Amino acid sequence: MTELSYLAAGVLFIVGLKGLTSPRTARRGNRIAAVGMLVAMVVTVVYLIGLDAKIAWAIVVAGIVVGGGIGAFLAIRVQMTDMPQLVAAFNGFGGGSSALVAAATVVALDAVIPTETAVTTALSLIIGAITLTGSFIAYGKLQGIVPSKQIFPPGGVATNGVLFAAAIAAAGYGIFADSATGFWIATALAAVLGVTAVLPIGGADMPVVISLLNSFSGIAAAMAGFVIGNQALIVGGALVGAAGLILTLEMAVAMNRSVASILFSQFGGGATAEDIGTKPVKSATADDAAIALAYAERVMIVPGYGLAVAQAQHAVKDLANALEAKGIQVTYAIHPVAGRMPGHMNVLLAEADVSYDLLLDLEQSNPKFPQTDVVLIVGANDVVNPAAKNDPDSPIYGMPILNVDDAKTTIVVKRSLSPGFAGIDNPLFYEDTTLMFFSDAKQALEDALAAVEAL
Amino acid sequence: MSAEFIAGIVVFVLAAFVGFEIIAKVPRTLHTPLMSGANAVSGITIVGAIIAAGLGTGVLAAVLGFLAVTFAMINVVGGFLVTDRMLEMFKKVPGKS
Repeated sequence: MTELSYLAAGVLFIVGLKGLTSPRTARRGNRIAAVGMLVAMVVTVVYLIGLDAKIAWAIVVAGIVVGGGIGAFLAIRVQMTDMPQLVAAFNGFGGGSSALVAAATVVALDAVIPTETAVTTALSLIIGAITLTGSFIAYGKLQGIVPSKQIFPPGGVATNGVLFAAAIAAAGYGIFADSATGFWIATALAAVLGVTAVLPIGGADMPVVISLLNSFSGIAAAMAGFVIGNQALIVGGALVGAAGLILTLEMAVAMNRSVASILFSQFGGGATAEDIGTKPVKSATADDAAIALAYAERVMIVPGYGLAVAQAQHAVKDLANALEAKGIQVTYAIHPVAGRMPGHMNVLLAEADVSYDLLLDLEQSNPKFPQTDVVLIVGANDVVNPAAKNDPDSPIYGMPILNVDDAKTTIVVKRSLSPGFAGIDNPLFYEDTTLMFFSDAKQALEDALAAVEAL
Repeated sequence: MSAEFIAGIVVFVLAAFVGFEIIAKVPRTLHTPLMSGANAVSGITIVGAIIAAGLGTGVLAAVLGFLAVTFAMINVVGGFLVTDRMLEMFKKVPGKS
């Protein structure tokens, strides 16, 4: 019965994830998956009660209460703009838990584990430890505690290869010599590797890193499932591993870079301070922006990470409301890597009550730009840089971008002419049809709204 | 390899394929909730954590078990709750297209 109940939990996970294929059914899907989790937990408790053994209930209950409390507190309190770092932290806890389950098995069996299970134990320890420490470095970068610039370990990225090889070697010793010490050394090396692997990754590449760590947390859970011989863990872990991998690959495609080049290479543009700011730009005031917007028929808003930083999602919506009241059609064009995690902008705009059918992705928005009168770019830079199309020497050449230069007028809200993460100058800023509105994103939108209303 | 281990591999591979097929259909607009929801599902390791914590003997086992359950519960409760919070906001405002 226990086995069948775990199977039921696995089926509920699959049905729940299927619900996420449409915004209409998504909330119910998430709840179905949560029911699956509850089933799995209840079955486990019943299984323990049925065993003829002394059970340390105090520890189980304490963990459930403390962990559940912390999780609920974080989930209820978090601001939508901070979602990437929260998901990063949750990834870390998930991976850490799987590593701890494997560690408990090593302790319980004193490292005398059948070879096949020992391999998965080692994998669970290594992948779980990388996920734990890597996720907290990612959290730190997103939260601004750890510098978001690239930080290389001594010896560069080659050090990571050495650490990885050493961890595998130590795990091999643990497996074949039945040595707990071997497992612990492997875990410690993996924990260091998590730190040194994520530190060199810059802020704008975070969507890829979070997706990959998400996948890792699933794979670690699946490996822990092999360790304790539990199919619910294997099914749940495999689903998450697949989900994270799909998102990772999709993010990499959206940047026109391989996952390997994001994880293991230096990246950055050649634009220097002298290049930037010497060419003439057309700068605009709130009134100029308001006039352009108010006399348009079709407006497309392109949000980027700057919108999240400025917490400007409600200000965007207010401006859109004012334009819609004048009969102007307003839609939103969202690049797959806008923000710091996949779908980040969509969540922020949903928070501001923007209807989800107005959020267009790359393929939907590009054909619409030629018929668009005004594109309003708020806090996005590299994803609208025409150098990706026109300049074969540009580091982002070949990256699919939003073709905002096809629109009649482009208004760029930006604090200054400083280049984006990639350190690449943006020729869009110097186009004849581009108006540069230098301001904080939220302030700019509020000023533009006031000016639109005063017209 | 034991029959149980091979059965585990079969389940893993099939579940991964089912995962790929379903998740590839998730629209981009839901990628953040997908990630946090999937994240909560990876908290299924709570099952192993409860067993490890319940059956463990000795101080080290107790500490590992407690931490495993705590970490997994943060993931489970936090993940499902925050996903629900996000999905509640995804609305289609009527009368617009």
